[in-house]
Amino acid sequence: MTATFIYPLTSFVEKTFVITEFELRKLRHDFTELITRALQPALWLLIFGQVFARSGAMHTGNIPYLDFIAPGILAQSVLFVAIFYGINVIWERDLGIVQKFLASPTPRAALVLGKGFSAGIRTLSQGVIVYSLSLLLGVKLNWSPLALLNVLVIVILAATLFSTFSLVIACIVKTRERFMGVGQVLTMPLFFASNAIYPTDIMPGWLKMVSHLNPLTYVVDALRTCMLASSTSTFGLSLDYAVILATTTVLVLVGARLYPRLAT
Amino acid sequence: MDSLTLSVNAGEVFGLLGSNGAGKTTTIKMLTTLLPPTSGGARVAGFSITTQAVGVRRAIGYVPQAVSVDGSLTGYENLLIFAKLYDLPHREQQARIAEALEFMNLTADAKRLVAEYSGGMVRRLEIAQSTLHRPKVLFLDEPTVGLDPIARDAVWKHLIDMRANYGTTLFFTTHYLEEAEAHCDRIAIMHQGKLDALGTCKELEASLGPGHTLNDVFVHYAGSALDSGNNFRAVSAERATAERVG
Repeated sequence: MTATFIYPLTSFVEKTFVITEFELRKLRHDFTELITRALQPALWLLIFGQVFARSGAMHTGNIPYLDFIAPGILAQSVLFVAIFYGINVIWERDLGIVQKFLASPTPRAALVLGKGFSAGIRTLSQGVIVYSLSLLLGVKLNWSPLALLNVLVIVILAATLFSTFSLVIACIVKTRERFMGVGQVLTMPLFFASNAIYPTDIMPGWLKMVSHLNPLTYVVDALRTCMLASSTSTFGLSLDYAVILATTTVLVLVGARLYPRLAT
Repeated sequence: MDSLTLSVNAGEVFGLLGSNGAGKTTTIKMLTTLLPPTSGGARVAGFSITTQAVGVRRAIGYVPQAVSVDGSLTGYENLLIFAKLYDLPHREQQARIAEALEFMNLTADAKRLVAEYSGGMVRRLEIAQSTLHRPKVLFLDEPTVGLDPIARDAVWKHLIDMRANYGTTLFFTTHYLEEAEAHCDRIAIMHQGKLDALGTCKELEASLGPGHTLNDVFVHYAGSALDSGNNFRAVSAERATAERVG
């Protein structure tokens, strides 16, 4: 009884990492992407962040505005990179690659989660960029190993969450044109209806409510708690983790269900 | 697809012919569990495609019409990932991969990126990839589309050798009648989702009376309607494939 339960589980974990491994192997040849992706967080921190910090318009409690948005910009750049990840599976569908994987005995959920993890590991480069910029701008960071480990895990999980969301969209719309449209439409609302660049306290009631349903808010809260030298969590780190993990699980299950649509 | 009934023997080379849009690809997608049938069912290597899909997937290999290896990985890596996904024992993986590369004449190019391969090499790698786990049945959707005659012959030579070595059943679709004639034990001709003819090439030619060729048979059963053909998406995908492979 236990054996029949354990085997599918170990097989699932193993297959997930096989998919992740090979997605990452593809990256070796593509370093220009790493450079271009560094540009956006740099603009947000150096221009938007500096200007708003000067204006003093935002009340961010006991921490300076630049410190406040540094984790927000990390979360945002993770979101922006991950949300377009689904275009890859549409590309693989237009070739015959998705079909071949679906005709293999690999569990569907492993195909979906494996790709999600690989997107998670890819976005770690954004962490390096935001940390470097923060250092440059004098943001007071928490350098304890535990805090850094937490940031690492949160970034990977957040990117897994949003790239799986992206994959679900790809399974529904199936074509590149529609996918790009939907992706554009979703990014900005997710970003603005969150606590990434302003505290939710200054939002009107309805927007505050929406932001509390937005997983990005919990990602930002978790990052802010772990990244900064002196910041307290709004929701509590365990609630942040719970929301992120639960949302990811649901999305992986939905993705596994929808993935075979790509073969038709 | 309209109530197709068909049985293929173990170890047979079976060709499914028909004009564009006749339902060949749909048939293959159903048999490879990519598309659930709206009604009815089938058994592949003893497993039901509706209730034992994972059993079917373990027993088959599938070479889709479009390019199904990853250009951003090397030939070796493309094989390694499938060796792992099909649970080949760890000790055997390297030997199997080396054997498959050798068999398909790709050993010298194993460490190169597939994006640099020629069309014939891509097809041979795809076949190597879908036969690493020694499937009982290999499904090939237009395996030689877009290849020049030399590359086409090479692909067929490998397929025939493979059947001789491992007894693999080959189930494939094609537009090339001469391929069907040269390699198939039996063929079936589909037209508008229905099976119109089934038998050996000789039987089908003889059924039209003496002096008929396979071409006559095809025109007789599949019709010569000029408006037959796929929708825009299918056609553009097909041409894109031909261009990439060719």
